[in-house]
Amino acid sequence: MNWTELGVFIFFFLLVTVLGFIAVGWRRGDLTQLNEWGLAGRRFGTIVTWFLLGGDLYTAYTFVAVPALIFGVGALGFFAVPYTIIVYPLVFVLMPRLWAVCRRHHYITPADFVNGRYGSKGLALAVAITGILATMPYIALQLVGIQVVIATMGITGSAAASDLPLIIAFLILAVYTYTSGLRAPAMIAVVKDTMIYITVIAAVIIIPLKLGGYGHIFAAAAAALPAKKGFLILPPGAYLPYASLALGSALALFMYPHAITGVLASYSGRVVRRNAALLPAYSLVLGLLALLGYMAIAAGITAPSPTLIVPRLLNAMFPAWFAGFAFAAIAIGALVPAAIMSIAASNLFTRNIYHAYFKAVSDPGEEASVAKFVSLVVKVGALVFVLALGNTYAIYLQLLGGLWILQTFPSIAFGLYTRWFHHVALLLGWLAGMVWGTYIAVKNNFTPVYPIHVFGHTLPLYAGLSAFALNIVVSIVLTVLFDLIGVARGTDQTARDDYGAEDQGAPVAAG
Amino acid sequence: MRRDDDGGVSAVATGSGSGPGKRNDQAASSPAFHPLYLLLLIPFIALLWPPFYAMDQPELSGIPFFYWYQFLWLLLTAILTAIIYGLTRGGTES
Repeated sequence: MNWTELGVFIFFFLLVTVLGFIAVGWRRGDLTQLNEWGLAGRRFGTIVTWFLLGGDLYTAYTFVAVPALIFGVGALGFFAVPYTIIVYPLVFVLMPRLWAVCRRHHYITPADFVNGRYGSKGLALAVAITGILATMPYIALQLVGIQVVIATMGITGSAAASDLPLIIAFLILAVYTYTSGLRAPAMIAVVKDTMIYITVIAAVIIIPLKLGGYGHIFAAAAAALPAKKGFLILPPGAYLPYASLALGSALALFMYPHAITGVLASYSGRVVRRNAALLPAYSLVLGLLALLGYMAIAAGITAPSPTLIVPRLLNAMFPAWFAGFAFAAIAIGALVPAAIMSIAASNLFTRNIYHAYFKAVSDPGEEASVAKFVSLVVKVGALVFVLALGNTYAIYLQLLGGLWILQTFPSIAFGLYTRWFHHVALLLGWLAGMVWGTYIAVKNNFTPVYPIHVFGHTLPLYAGLSAFALNIVVSIVLTVLFDLIGVARGTDQTARDDYGAEDQGAPVAAG
Repeated sequence: MRRDDDGGVSAVATGSGSGPGKRNDQAASSPAFHPLYLLLLIPFIALLWPPFYAMDQPELSGIPFFYWYQFLWLLLTAILTAIIYGLTRGGTES
């Protein structure tokens, strides 16, 4: 165990813990209201939203898993880069409209919007349950980010002793999320992302200098990858898996409740659009981090599990104090998304399940209390899950989660532009996509790419994307059918003008 | 003024709004899909067709084309988005 490394790590961890509690008074609002606790009063400007969404979407697990994938399979793992590029044009076109309609009607969750748009509690419930199911394993996976860092710092021993730091970290997280709501991860994200940027810039400059330059690193990777059945340059057989993984993941990302929570917390549609142009800075960081996988190959790093290669590489290349700093960045990087995800999941539960089906909540204070309590349950659940069952199941479920959340795209994203679809058709399309996608993913042993046979061709497609295609076909065909036989449609609470307003409090109905 | 600003955006968008297709008589079809948004399809084409870039050469200081091409598109997409934001944001009030 290295005490310098551990000391720096603990210092930064304590720093953000203090920030988490200070955040309660930041842009002070009445935290007994769900709008304040769960969306920070929708007041974040361009800079804070940039840090919040960046810290939210580019999670510790991403920063550990993407280089690990590159380390293992090479070019195919680089799909994370086109994925996180093409997601922003989608954000630019879709999310300001979602922001505007949610601001106008005081919607807090994507399921609130679906309920208002289609007048269908059933479809809203489907969206809410999908969101919660997809988010839970994602929270659990953030623990993996903390675990690998703790293990690399040499805190081992009996199972109880090595789990203890993780339990402490999560309890701290649970308490300040409970008290400060979305303000806590937003404030911590500013510190955490600054640390991540410093770490990555140092890594991509210093490590190649030590390893003899990028030319040498890529040459070492090209030599080592064939033995692992990987490849440095994408071969033709991998074109379709690569492109469909990138597209499917991009369509799915902003359907996640934690992503939408980050969007809705901003104060104007312009903030959202500006961020579509600014957030690619994080994709650049992710792309550079991905290359750490090749650097680990060139440096001859070995590890029992590929998720350990990034911490081990940093440990080998940097002095102890800087490694401690980098590890703190990764561990704190797990807390920000975990906090936002648990807030988003509890917003969904409170608004679209508890309130809608069990007990009508008339008092906004009670609504926030329920959400706060649920956020604790969600985090403890994730912790117990990982400690009891291990990481493998969390990884499987997170893969399924991406596939599932993509099935809510037609209801949410298409709904922002058109009311053409029938809500029952969307519900059955969602069901078809969920069942088919889950079936092929399980049948394929939880590997994401599954060969689809169409018209005599075999297409190796990302399972989520083929389920999505089925979902859309079912939704279209049944919409035509239901309208033909006159199945009643729900009432649309929203109006055409609700989607265009960019500024806070803009008098939309004025024209 | 904020009100004029929003009116301006809607007027521009609805004036040319029949362009992007997929229209019907539903009141909720988009008032805010500016035709310039179609330019945002370019990065999809550039990145979702790997035959364009799945190759080794030309290298850029030791980095294979496959990798630096995608980094380049990261930059180009951000710039394109910023330009489209600038051209479509309507009024100058902020």
